[in-house]
Amino acid sequence: MTGLAGRAAIAGIGATEFSKDSGRSELRLAAEAVRAALADAGLTPADVDGLVTFTMDGNAEIAVARELGIPELTFFSRVHYGGGAAAATVQQAAMAVASGVADVVVAYRAFNERSGQRFGQVSSAAAQQVNTSGVDNAFHYPMGLATPAATVAMVAQRYLHTYGATSEDFGRVAVLDRKHAATNPNAWFHGKPITLEQHQASRWVAEPLHLLDCCQESDGGVALVVTSAERARDLARPPVVVAAAAQGSGPDQYTMTSYYRDDLAALPEMGVVGRQLWRQSGLEHSDVDVAVLYDHFTPYVLMQLEELGFCGRGEAGDLVAGGELELDGSLPLNPHGGQLGEAYIHGMNGIAEAVRQVRGTAVNQVAGARTVVVTAGTGVPTSGLVLSAD
Amino acid sequence: MSDITDVTDITDITAAARRIADKGPSRRRLSRDPVNQAMVNNWAEALGDTNPVYTDPEFAERSVHGGLVAPPAMAQVWSMAGLHGARATDDPLGAMIAILDDAGYTSVVATNSEQTYHRYLRPGEHVSSSIVLEDVTGPKRTALGEGWFVTTRTTWYVGDEAVAEMLFRILKFSPAARPGTVPDPGAVLRPVISRDTEFFWEGTRKGELRIQRWGETLRHPPGPMPPDGDLSAEPDYVVAAGTGTVYSYLVHHHPQVPGKTLPFVVALVELDEGVRVLGELLDADPEQVHIGLPVEAAFLRVDDELTLPAWKVRP
Repeated sequence: MTGLAGRAAIAGIGATEFSKDSGRSELRLAAEAVRAALADAGLTPADVDGLVTFTMDGNAEIAVARELGIPELTFFSRVHYGGGAAAATVQQAAMAVASGVADVVVAYRAFNERSGQRFGQVSSAAAQQVNTSGVDNAFHYPMGLATPAATVAMVAQRYLHTYGATSEDFGRVAVLDRKHAATNPNAWFHGKPITLEQHQASRWVAEPLHLLDCCQESDGGVALVVTSAERARDLARPPVVVAAAAQGSGPDQYTMTSYYRDDLAALPEMGVVGRQLWRQSGLEHSDVDVAVLYDHFTPYVLMQLEELGFCGRGEAGDLVAGGELELDGSLPLNPHGGQLGEAYIHGMNGIAEAVRQVRGTAVNQVAGARTVVVTAGTGVPTSGLVLSAD
Repeated sequence: MSDITDVTDITDITAAARRIADKGPSRRRLSRDPVNQAMVNNWAEALGDTNPVYTDPEFAERSVHGGLVAPPAMAQVWSMAGLHGARATDDPLGAMIAILDDAGYTSVVATNSEQTYHRYLRPGEHVSSSIVLEDVTGPKRTALGEGWFVTTRTTWYVGDEAVAEMLFRILKFSPAARPGTVPDPGAVLRPVISRDTEFFWEGTRKGELRIQRWGETLRHPPGPMPPDGDLSAEPDYVVAAGTGTVYSYLVHHHPQVPGKTLPFVVALVELDEGVRVLGELLDADPEQVHIGLPVEAAFLRVDDELTLPAWKVRP
């Protein structure tokens, strides 16, 4: 164990309901989620001195602080690159408490991503931002590569070609997530499992991606309270220790369009994250009880399993088909149903699930879970965590 | 023009086709002229058909026909309405064409014509004809554009005797955008251009696919720094030959993308020069696209300021 390992813990989690139309402002969702997380931890807004969120979040730290009556902030920060920020918000918070610049930092993400601005649509704002990302996007968006699904489809096609994988391999990820969501009352797709046949019959969005390879669009908010492991031991819940927290960007990195690397059918930025997670935590693959892997699109779940070293290149399809990722398998995946099944809260709901698994309070609890790996958005500069029991 | 991919329109066209077909054959329309020798002579001459049974009364007398007959392939000639003629108001083909014109399928090409002759016609016989709509299928994606196949059956009569029939199929299509243009230039997402990438867009305007070069090293997408970090180095560019192969691709079906007609193919192409460049693969049948497919550069002009790099399948 090195560096950050064991220094900080997640002491509280909170969320709004997950819906398609929240009926209230994003700021209201953020405030509700943060307040719920503080209540879960047994803390009040007055205890908070740090806030961190995504660059993409519409709610400024100061706005959230105002609404909740958080009197002073000594640490506030944003993390870039879309959903790649999720686990990194916890890393930022953990670094802040480990270095002593803050005592209690809340990481949050709240949006009306279905009833408001939908990420699945073409974003002219992303295409036309006047900065290096806008210049990067100039070589993709105007040519018609303009949605997240399309950017992933390009890589997925190459993955199919390179490893002889099939659309069914992608589909089994969706079937598994939806199976788990079916028994999670908080999931949008509670009670609605799907079959592989339904996956195959669902319409094309961006070939080779079917509709059911794509996560849903959701309204909602999630917040996570981070404090020192020491302080967490005195709070309401058993601490869920940040055994490792890492960000990763790879060679020749782009946001969703890292198409100019030698190997297109890989996620080297997640490899950067993975290597740090094992090194920081001192843990090995066999120590992992549950994996919560970012699943906005199914192909990237397979590629993460390979990139993190849970199997060899091109072997993830067999891992899924072999039942290893079922709740009773060797590496239960996304017991809450993931973003395909529960909700798409930009990866933050996955971190909350990891906390519940370690606490032993999850609805689809993996017996004896003590160590959970959780990842953030893929195809972008990203992040990951190892959370473990105290 | 309406959005021809809209499901409502498809339902409308199918429903209209059913209504027209349900009306059955059009009333028999009497031809302008009876079968006559002058027209037979001209037709045989024009087509180079020298069979004397059509034109030589003495030869015809001695033949199995026992007299002059008209070439069977002239069946359609007899019922033609002439240079200024109009279709009958109950002509189902005319009605179907009007519906497809309105839906934006404005162009037409005949694809099949199968004629069956029950007997020879003789000069003096007066032919009438009737048309029934047999089938309308679509929308189909074709090399010409998206369209509907319309099949009719024409029957020619002398009195009540059917003497010839014709199965006639046309493709009514919405012409694909002329190569090198975009359907809705105002809607295209415009590139953000920096000092480092300006030369690339200047090139596409001139029909050149320019790749940044630092010494011997090619780089795409371009940027301000050389691979070896030498700040005194200046980049230039090469104009790529424009040939390469598909390295990966996707077929975009949903949602609508400004300036594009669904579905469309976006391809990441490995140029023969060794760098990858992304663009739309124009006029490609998605079923035929595969990794390794040879393609060549094309240029999609949006307006005076902007031309997008694109690909087309190499012949």
